[in-house]
Amino acid sequence: MSDVKPVLELRNVDKSFGPIDVLHDISLKVGAGEVLCLLGDNGAGKSTLIKLMSGVYQPTRGDIMMDGEKITFISPRDAQERGIATVHQFGGTYPLMSIGRNFFMGAEPTKGVWPLKVFDRKTANRIAVEEVQKMGITRITDGDRLVGGLSGGERQSLAIARAVYFGARVLILDEPTAALGVKQAAHVLRIVNQAKRRGLAVIFITHQVMHAMAVGDHFAVLIRGAVAADFHKGEKTREQIADLMAGGESMAELEANIEGYMETHGGQPPPPAH
Amino acid sequence: MTETTTNSGSALETKLEPTAGFSIKAFFRSPAAGAFMGFVAVFVLFSIFGYDRNFLSVPGMTTWMNFASIIGMIAIPVGFLMIAGELDISTGAVVPASTMTVAIVSQHYEMPVMVGIAAALAVGALIGFINGFIVTRTRVPSFIVTLATLFAVAGITLYLSIFFINNTNSFYHAPDWAKSLFGGKVFGFNSSVFWWLGMIAGFIFFLHYSPKGSWVFALGGDQESARNAGIPVRKMKIGLFMLCSTSAAFAGVLQVITFNSATSQANFGLIFNTIISVVVGGVLLTGGFGTVMGIVFGVLTLSIVTQAIGFTQIDRNLSFLIIGVMLLIAVLLNDTFRQLATSWSTAKKK
Ligand SMILES: Nc1ncnc2c1ncn2[C@@H]1O[C@H](COP(=O)(O)OP(=O)(O)OP(=O)(O)O)[C@@H](O)[C@H]1O
Ligand SMILES: [Mg+2]
Repeated sequence: MSDVKPVLELRNVDKSFGPIDVLHDISLKVGAGEVLCLLGDNGAGKSTLIKLMSGVYQPTRGDIMMDGEKITFISPRDAQERGIATVHQFGGTYPLMSIGRNFFMGAEPTKGVWPLKVFDRKTANRIAVEEVQKMGITRITDGDRLVGGLSGGERQSLAIARAVYFGARVLILDEPTAALGVKQAAHVLRIVNQAKRRGLAVIFITHQVMHAMAVGDHFAVLIRGAVAADFHKGEKTREQIADLMAGGESMAELEANIEGYMETHGGQPPPPAH
Repeated sequence: MTETTTNSGSALETKLEPTAGFSIKAFFRSPAAGAFMGFVAVFVLFSIFGYDRNFLSVPGMTTWMNFASIIGMIAIPVGFLMIAGELDISTGAVVPASTMTVAIVSQHYEMPVMVGIAAALAVGALIGFINGFIVTRTRVPSFIVTLATLFAVAGITLYLSIFFINNTNSFYHAPDWAKSLFGGKVFGFNSSVFWWLGMIAGFIFFLHYSPKGSWVFALGGDQESARNAGIPVRKMKIGLFMLCSTSAAFAGVLQVITFNSATSQANFGLIFNTIISVVVGGVLLTGGFGTVMGIVFGVLTLSIVTQAIGFTQIDRNLSFLIIGVMLLIAVLLNDTFRQLATSWSTAKKK
């Protein structure tokens, strides 16, 4: 996989918010037809990292390269126009708007001629419903429904379907399976694999080892804003990955500790460390 | 196991589906439903109590329609801003600034009427730009920003009126063609009524049919997501503030040409009237929801209650009470209608 020319690459990127250093000296790359799994504890900096790649933030230092050329994303729109579609961890849908309008937000299909160009509601609704159904959400059949009436997982599937539909080169998913049921999560993993086969570069953030192992070709573990491990599929076992994801602490040891505590404390889990 | 139930459920749903189109149910899900019902209620009530006092006569109609047209052409863009999650109360100073600009430029400096109008609209656009610029570059809430510009603009208007013409009030007689275009009367209806109707059509097109209409709702629904979706948040907001102030300036132009007089006194009542109309019209105070027609009905209802009460047997002094009660009822009703709108599909499945 390392011989694939990287579609998107970060070189020695730092990101700080005023005095707070969030990311430190990050170098990562993802090629066409490759899935990069970003792993790491809460607050490790995963979301901040992908916001650099989707134009939400600009790096404090370091370079972003696309197809081997140095670029600066001046806005999320800029990144989108270069074919990068992102599902952020939070938000992404507007509860009091219809499914069709949500799906095409910022990229509305139109009909008619200027100055009487109108939003093509029928087309928008039809495509939105089709794409959401592909995610395994078969309950959605009417694009005029307001998103506020959907469940959390249905909303998340809508956001993912939208990114898959618009992503031409790079698909970035920040914890896409967090709110999803077993079946819908499986659909998302299948869609990620499909996108990969279509030649997209995929960046996938998850806290679930099984999901990461099901789709990942390449794994990067962030610990406190730095890349702590960077390896390819098959180079590490499930247990090793799980330990890295827990911020370098041994999961087996943690679990044993908790079990031991619970045995001696009548089944009560230990109080949080601090 | 859950999958099988959902699947059979969806099969049922698809069978029940093809009843989209327009329906009574769809109407009750619209944010305009409450405003329309309020309008009908007030209209019927006033028709009954005003039957022998000429409420339904032409002078009765024109009184509140003329008033509604001026409030309405400002209230709709104020509503756009509220849908986008912002507030604009500086309109109360923009209208007098605009009337004085027309009077100073076209009366005292004897420039052509179009120059005066253009200057007044430019003043409006500039104030809107300043509002939008400050709101998008700082974290100061738009209520505070526009409160500040309300006073600042009111102060500048007074100061410059004295500076240029040594008077806080002025007058202006427009040439005949301009008078009939901007300040004429047709069966007692001021030109502003016809301008308003045209503007309503334009506003409806922009908000509900043009592709950019969605963006206004997205700004108020979730600004961060809107930005992430590639919507130029700052430009849109500045544009909406400019639309609002320019509309207010245009209302000022129509006023000065209709009544031949200009004043530099800030119009605080206008601020309340526009905001009450917008809220009664079903726009969600926190943004993300509303319709042009809802605001139109809000404006009409408010205008009837405040202007036409003299054409009925209802005591004039009760009009503020009616407005207050109406505002509360409207907000309560609108909450209910919004719930209906979000949950209608779930109810439909049975
Ligand atoms: N705009 C910001 N200003 C200041 N600090 C920030 C900002 N955004 C993120 N941070 C900080 O950066 C750190 C990393 O945040 P980030 O959201 O990237 O974590 P994450 O790895 O995505 O965590 P999670 O798994 O919980 O989603 C956190 O400590 C957070 O407080
Ligand atoms: Mg995160």
